[in-house]
Amino acid sequence: MAVDYTKYLRMEKMPLYWCPGCGDGIVLKCYLEAIDELGWSKDDCAMVSGIGCAARVTGYVDFHTLHTIHGRAIAVAVGIKMTHPDKHVFVFGGDGDLVHIGGNHLLHACRRNIDITVVLINNWIYGMTGGQHSCTTPTGAKATTAPRGSFEPTIDVCKMAIGAGAGYVARGFAGDPTRLKKLIKEGLEYKGFALIDVFSPCPINFGRRNKLGDPAKLLEHMKSFLVSSAKAKRMSEEELKGKFITGVLHKDTEKPELTEAYKGLVEKAQASDEYWVKYVKGTLTDADRDEITREELKKLYPYDVETPLKKWKKL
Amino acid sequence: MGRIAFLNANAAVAEAALVAGLGFYAGYPITPSSEVPERLSKIMPEKGLPFMMMEDEIASINACVGAAASGVKAMTCTSGPGFSLKQEALGMACMFEVPLVVVDVMRGGPSTGLPTRPSQQDIMQARWGTHGDHPIIALAPCNAQEAVFETIRAFNLSEKFRQPVVLLTDGSLSHLHTKIYIPDPEEVEIVDRAEPDVDPDNYYPYDYNYEVPPLAKWWTEDGKSYRYHLSSLIHDKTGFPTVNPKYTQWLLERMHNKILNHLDEILKYEYYKMDDAEICIVAFGSTAEAARVAIDQAREEGIKVGMFRPLTIWPSPEEQIKDIASKVKSFIVAELNLGQYKLEIERIVGGKVPVYGVNQAAGVLIRPSQIYEKIKDPAKRVEIGLTEEELKRFGGGE
Repeated sequence: MAVDYTKYLRMEKMPLYWCPGCGDGIVLKCYLEAIDELGWSKDDCAMVSGIGCAARVTGYVDFHTLHTIHGRAIAVAVGIKMTHPDKHVFVFGGDGDLVHIGGNHLLHACRRNIDITVVLINNWIYGMTGGQHSCTTPTGAKATTAPRGSFEPTIDVCKMAIGAGAGYVARGFAGDPTRLKKLIKEGLEYKGFALIDVFSPCPINFGRRNKLGDPAKLLEHMKSFLVSSAKAKRMSEEELKGKFITGVLHKDTEKPELTEAYKGLVEKAQASDEYWVKYVKGTLTDADRDEITREELKKLYPYDVETPLKKWKKL
Repeated sequence: MGRIAFLNANAAVAEAALVAGLGFYAGYPITPSSEVPERLSKIMPEKGLPFMMMEDEIASINACVGAAASGVKAMTCTSGPGFSLKQEALGMACMFEVPLVVVDVMRGGPSTGLPTRPSQQDIMQARWGTHGDHPIIALAPCNAQEAVFETIRAFNLSEKFRQPVVLLTDGSLSHLHTKIYIPDPEEVEIVDRAEPDVDPDNYYPYDYNYEVPPLAKWWTEDGKSYRYHLSSLIHDKTGFPTVNPKYTQWLLERMHNKILNHLDEILKYEYYKMDDAEICIVAFGSTAEAARVAIDQAREEGIKVGMFRPLTIWPSPEEQIKDIASKVKSFIVAELNLGQYKLEIERIVGGKVPVYGVNQAAGVLIRPSQIYEKIKDPAKRVEIGLTEEELKRFGGGE
């Protein structure tokens, strides 16, 4: 059955801001199909993004959305999830945003296994600012800041995420939307931190400088770096050099999710008879409190200044 | 009835934040502020609230902005170097217009500076640390009891005006244990952000009809869901980006006017022995306590001196300073820096009367004797108020 995408989009914001041939729209479509299949209400969904082309997704999806600052979307999302553990929290962003400037937050969200789904649109370039090389630009590829080709090594984001303890790690490809939707859906369903690294073409700001301005040609080129996890099993280490494996790369169903772990901590803390425990339970008695006279308080606050106290505006 | 406790101002701030309705804390350890998160890590779970130590200073304020935007009262705490790292996100909070409290326990700078020593060197950082034209509210309590009261006020102002508020204490005040009274939440005025009076379909986060548009909680207690967009870009009433010059100018002016039009609710200050004063000491935070002693001593000798103590440092109390300038012969601004707030006082006084400074950035508090000396001879430079014997104890320097 066809998905009614308009249900999830702010249609008044159309047409999309992205360039012709950009993969962002494909990834967004796959993501919305996954949300639709799960039957999640828009009212329960919150999405955060930072800065960049992919970060513009928050402007289009009709959720609770925050378009924040460069690199910090995951940190912002942690604040939302910790205060609203029963809601679905997502982050969309690019490689420059989430891995390069924001890498520290990605690393620690992985470690915490907090139930946030991150869709990383990895286009190998800083697209919005005009095609500067990032931490995922293939070595030797040209960029506006690497006119002779990038001299830096790249990062395998998925390996990093697995090493850091992320519960669910997958790699997809904008050129294979059917599989991508499944990978995103599985990540959304996963109770813990899910990272879906999506190779996605930027023909304008990556492609054109590398004789790959034709989107189809760029997709083919990206595909040449990718190996399915099934095929990778049959390949030697030597053969896998420089390749990126697609599919579900890691899924840990045992690792506790962070907000669940925090619930356990709260239970432990609330098993005591401390002031704030009793306050919450409404069991405070006069024995838990201290009486203070106006004169005593004036000794602690001898200034001719208003207090926030209802009883003694001035002491 | 509340609780009587023996606490330092850091712990006092932590307790007061819970009284004020704190719902989320995220922080990063930094001397001399760490007792704030240490205490919160104990009491927040007791109240059933989330507490996080984040991977860095930047993450901690960003997590707070996320929590605050979604509808929860949030606070983070830091000191000079960490406050510098938080500045970009502080600007985002100003731009989003989300309530947020940032505690800065000032230590000696610049850079790593003097981690364990007090200063008041972040006065200008609090005002202009983040880029772009933005309003800010900054408060500076002078003792632990006032830290309790001002923490509550910081939350109230931030909720009322959808505005980040900076609470400035210092490394001395924050570590000085004193007797304090922590009121029960029911004993104090608590302000919560205004609720929208329209349903989610007709809600705009920056509605042009308001000076401070209500900031809807994403999920209200009665089960409503307000879905909307906040952007760190210049935005129109919907929260979506615009580059329209008319709405750009309008947004920035409204953001400033929501503060400047309500100075009567935001400014707070103390006049100490100012009725007949010919010399006005301007001091805040820990320094004000030294000034009080110096003033009492000078008064015994018949010198007509008093103090104007701003509790609200930013926005500055312009009218009050101007009024004093028309009555006194001189100002002495005493502060633990090389003259940051003095610049502001000079700007306001506009050359009408001389403005002198007692400025010390040595990592030790200004002593009453130093201020007293300045009262006696304002033109004389006041040296560090320590004897050779005392200096020896610090070691180094030879």
